[in-house]
Amino acid sequence: MIKRRKFSEALFKALGLSALVLAVGTLVLLFGALLIDGVGRLDWQFLTSFPSRHASQAGILPAVVGSTLVMLVTAFVGIPIGVAAAIYLEEYARRTWLTELIEVTVTNLAGVPSIIFGLLALGLFVYMLGLGSSILTAGLTLALLILPVVIVTTREAIRAIPVQIREAAFALGATRWQTVADHVLPYSASGILTGIILALSRAIGETAPIVTVGALTFIAFLPPSPITDQPPYLSFEWLMSPFTVMPIQMFGWVSRPGEDFAANAAAAGLLLVGMTLAMNGLAIYVRYRMRKRVSW
Amino acid sequence: MARPVDGPYIDSAGRGDWPKPLKAETCELSFYYGTRLVLKRVSVPIAECNITALIGPSGCGKSTFLRCFNRMHDLYPGTRYEGAIVLYPDSRNILDREVDPIEVRMRLAMVFQKPNPFPKSVYENVAYGLRVRGVKDRRAIDEKVEQALRSAALWEEVKDRLSALGTSLSGGQQQRLCIARALATDPELLLLDEPTSALDPIATASIEELLQDLKRRVTILIVTHNMQQAARISDWTAFMYLGELVEFGPTKRLFTTPAKKQTEDYITGRFG
Repeated sequence: MIKRRKFSEALFKALGLSALVLAVGTLVLLFGALLIDGVGRLDWQFLTSFPSRHASQAGILPAVVGSTLVMLVTAFVGIPIGVAAAIYLEEYARRTWLTELIEVTVTNLAGVPSIIFGLLALGLFVYMLGLGSSILTAGLTLALLILPVVIVTTREAIRAIPVQIREAAFALGATRWQTVADHVLPYSASGILTGIILALSRAIGETAPIVTVGALTFIAFLPPSPITDQPPYLSFEWLMSPFTVMPIQMFGWVSRPGEDFAANAAAAGLLLVGMTLAMNGLAIYVRYRMRKRVSW
Repeated sequence: MARPVDGPYIDSAGRGDWPKPLKAETCELSFYYGTRLVLKRVSVPIAECNITALIGPSGCGKSTFLRCFNRMHDLYPGTRYEGAIVLYPDSRNILDREVDPIEVRMRLAMVFQKPNPFPKSVYENVAYGLRVRGVKDRRAIDEKVEQALRSAALWEEVKDRLSALGTSLSGGQQQRLCIARALATDPELLLLDEPTSALDPIATASIEELLQDLKRRVTILIVTHNMQQAARISDWTAFMYLGELVEFGPTKRLFTTPAKKQTEDYITGRFG
């Protein structure tokens, strides 16, 4: 009797282990192949060159700059709106059928395929608002994409603050806004920040919506510099510039014949994976650092 | 607001123990959570610079009663007050629709059951009430913080680590920090909701001693489920049961010769 039960236990253990090996093994294999193919191409020349017809002279500079600028717009637009919406829903809104509906919708939006956001952006930003296939359009599109994720994670972080802390602030005569600004936001900052970084790391790898709004695959120039030598020293021309981003550059290389461009694609892939991992690492670090300070 | 003549706080023997002068009183205070009536026309006087204790079995509404005083229930939907809570000397009914709950909370202060310091420094914890009120002068804040910490008998223990996190103190120290935080804004009435129920006996004793000291300057209303505590520290005691006030009187009298059978049963441990 005991033997039979022990047998089923061993069986499950073996099953679980093989599932784990299969999952992790595939990942390791994939990443290993990428590493072998790409690491040889990942040098300074590759990082600082424009695309070229010759694989060995091609580089990823416009894509890195494009990704960075698009992320900048995304963060600048998506984070304040997302955090503010979450605060409103969690701290201010009364529970009615309308807020319930909004809650469900936001949660569902987080699961909508990203190309749908691309289509929406094509209609709204490119055609209706006439923003063209620009960095601004791409940034706004990705901002829409991360909005539900930011809202959901921010709400979770806010909800983790014990009600006793809020009541302590209210009992001292604080207004709702004082309670939010002095307590709720600072204490949930680590959770909010983690959510933001994870959302951005998802956005940086997005390809479909960016293709939909019309990013280029071959681009031999950089957007205008945001800093100029004439007053007012700041320029926003870059917002309207055509662009490419890393995943699209990578796709462009993959789709070309020949071994040498495949190496470029692998190197771009490595860079992308590296950036995503770095952002995730930062998220973990931030959470770890700030959790240590805030406790109750 | 007329004082009900045959309210339960005048005992059956007609001794009419009525505290004077009053800092506050509730007049036929009822309270609803949704449609559920949890306080039934409770009238209790709160004597100035005295300790008034609320006792009763758990679920009798004593915490709900306390939280009416600083309009804490306003934070949650579906709550409703009836009757009045009058604050003296200006005879203001703080349940009046026109009265902003924030105005009420600026006059009163509350200490909660579980110590709930902010995860900020000891200094910032005590200073927060002043910051909310827009006090900017650093020297004034420094002074108030020290004074409040001294009043809460915590100064000697924390004066060298005012920048340490309030949450890093021991349980008893945390609760005294919460008392200091409440005292920093010179409240007219200090509300305490079972402040020692999460503490060990030594920390409890130090808080009880502290309250005896404080009552010279501030009126105290304390909820406790510990009858011995009520008997030890309070001047007046109100016994509540199932949302109703059963008996109110001077603590000594209420514990030695209760007028009501229910009170006697409760204080002799026959129920509750």
